[in-house]
Amino acid sequence: MQKPIAVREVTRIYGEGATAFRALDTVNLEVERGEVMLLMGPSGSGKTTLISILGCILRPTSGSVKILGQEVTSLNEKQLPKVRLENIGFIFQGFNLFPTLTAGENVELALDLKGQRGPVAKLRAKGFLEQVGLGAKYDSFPADLSGGEKQRVAIARAVATEPQVILADEPTAALDSHSGRAVMEMLREMAHRNGRAVVVVTHDNRVLEYGDRVVRIEDGRISSDSVETAAAGARAAASHPSSVIGQGLY
Amino acid sequence: MPPLAERNLFHDRVRLAVTLTGVVFAVVLIVVQLGLYVGFSRTTTAVVDHSHADLWVVSKNVPYIEQGIPFSERKLYTVRATPGVAEAEKYIVRFSRWKRTDGQEESVQIVGVNPESTMGQPWDIVAGRREDLKVDDSVSVDRIYFKKLGVSGVGDTAEISGHRTRVVGLTQGIRTFTTSPYVFTNYRNALDYANLRDDQTMFILIKAEPGVNLKDLQQHLQAKLDGVDVLTRQQFSDMTRHYWMFTTGAGMAVLMAAVLGLLVGMVVVAQTIYSSTMDHLREFGTLKAMGATNSYIYRVIMRQAVIAALIGYVLGISLSILVVHESGKGGANIILPWQLGVGMLGLTVAMCVAAAFVSINKVTKIDPAMVFKQ
Repeated sequence: MQKPIAVREVTRIYGEGATAFRALDTVNLEVERGEVMLLMGPSGSGKTTLISILGCILRPTSGSVKILGQEVTSLNEKQLPKVRLENIGFIFQGFNLFPTLTAGENVELALDLKGQRGPVAKLRAKGFLEQVGLGAKYDSFPADLSGGEKQRVAIARAVATEPQVILADEPTAALDSHSGRAVMEMLREMAHRNGRAVVVVTHDNRVLEYGDRVVRIEDGRISSDSVETAAAGARAAASHPSSVIGQGLY
Repeated sequence: MPPLAERNLFHDRVRLAVTLTGVVFAVVLIVVQLGLYVGFSRTTTAVVDHSHADLWVVSKNVPYIEQGIPFSERKLYTVRATPGVAEAEKYIVRFSRWKRTDGQEESVQIVGVNPESTMGQPWDIVAGRREDLKVDDSVSVDRIYFKKLGVSGVGDTAEISGHRTRVVGLTQGIRTFTTSPYVFTNYRNALDYANLRDDQTMFILIKAEPGVNLKDLQQHLQAKLDGVDVLTRQQFSDMTRHYWMFTTGAGMAVLMAAVLGLLVGMVVVAQTIYSSTMDHLREFGTLKAMGATNSYIYRVIMRQAVIAALIGYVLGISLSILVVHESGKGGANIILPWQLGVGMLGLTVAMCVAAAFVSINKVTKIDPAMVFKQ
């Protein structure tokens, strides 16, 4: 079976000549179905560049990127939106909900992009919100929701198009610990129960226990790719004096 | 489609008000200017258009009706003797001086014709009868010019070129483009008022017999009559309109003002839609990341523009109708034909859609990767 994500020798260079900056350097990576992969690294390490490339939002300078077996680097700009729409769901740090639409309408928007409209779309949108525990908030505007609730609406929107890949960029950064746990639980369930490939970019050591695999990136290169349980990583982090887990805040 | 365009438009009430103000301003200005153009246009040719004459005989190279030059009235007999001519009458349109009872003088245009003719008569009569103009020293004036002429109704008197005259009839709405009101009278009176000799006339009006080929008749008469031009009613009307609207520049001024209104409206709408787009740029970036095509996003922006156009049009045309109605009471003649009203709807939508292209250009260049930036 095709892997959801397969990256080969991907390099991304910004600028030219003397000012050229190598954000990614010959990165090789595969993400399996049903796996929660945590992508971790310091600021400027290339995490956002990599997730942008995985999301077909940014083109690599060189290398191969396959989404569900389809080589996307050879596609033109007009073909990429379809790849994203059919295969990839995004979850953002800032939620990126549409403030003038209700929670339900935000999810309906994703369905509308796939050509699903009318009462059927409304019903489906309500179903997705119920799955994240927000069925009663269908008519609420984002301004009336808590941070955790907003992120759950974003999750519902991301899965509404039934993608095989979920890319989450710092999904817990703006949330309290309780909400962050709830969000990570949902992401894990998406992977383990629904067989999706979930990639989570994070600085947050609190999420270690939810990952199946931790990929660390530094200066544009994969520095470690550990398939040991993330729980082991969480224990290791807890023993470090500076970790929030070590300080008992989670 | 979820109501993203509508919500973005109505979300910011102040911005919406500014957008609609721009559209309403454009609609009202364009309608008023084009309405003035139509009004001017009809006013300049009113006497020609209402003449019920198929052909006009005018002095050679006369470019418009107010520029008529007297010629021999004997040509009338040549015209009447021509096969295909059902009726022909001498006609006078000439400037003269009207003296009010208070001594003040005003410029007027004397219109003189045989009251028993079917051609060249006053129209929209609201007092008196056409036959009343058979009486010596009788005139018919329009109510719009009461104040100017110093009269208030039938029976009032005045003086024209030293001849005493009495108002026997009134019309409503016969305007003049030159500020000199038309004063209708019989042909005999007109000769005196216009200081013409008995053997002179300014124009000859001709009605063709039914079924006669007008072009042939025109050519036949042109060949028989020298020193004059034989024009169809439409030709003379077009020449007169062209002179007043374009040779004098009056029409161009009005059209330029209409174009200006269009440009101002476009700029205001472009600015507010652009401002709205910039405020929602992150959302459009998110839409792109989610897999929306550029055309999907364009539709959202265009929808915003079209909704603004429709609301602005309704408000603007309502205000325009009010302005047109009020203008009828005063000196301005603004006409709003239904074609102008309907055309304005299309123009308003086109204006707003064109204005939205500035935003579309911006959205096209969004880097979807911006959605990952805080």
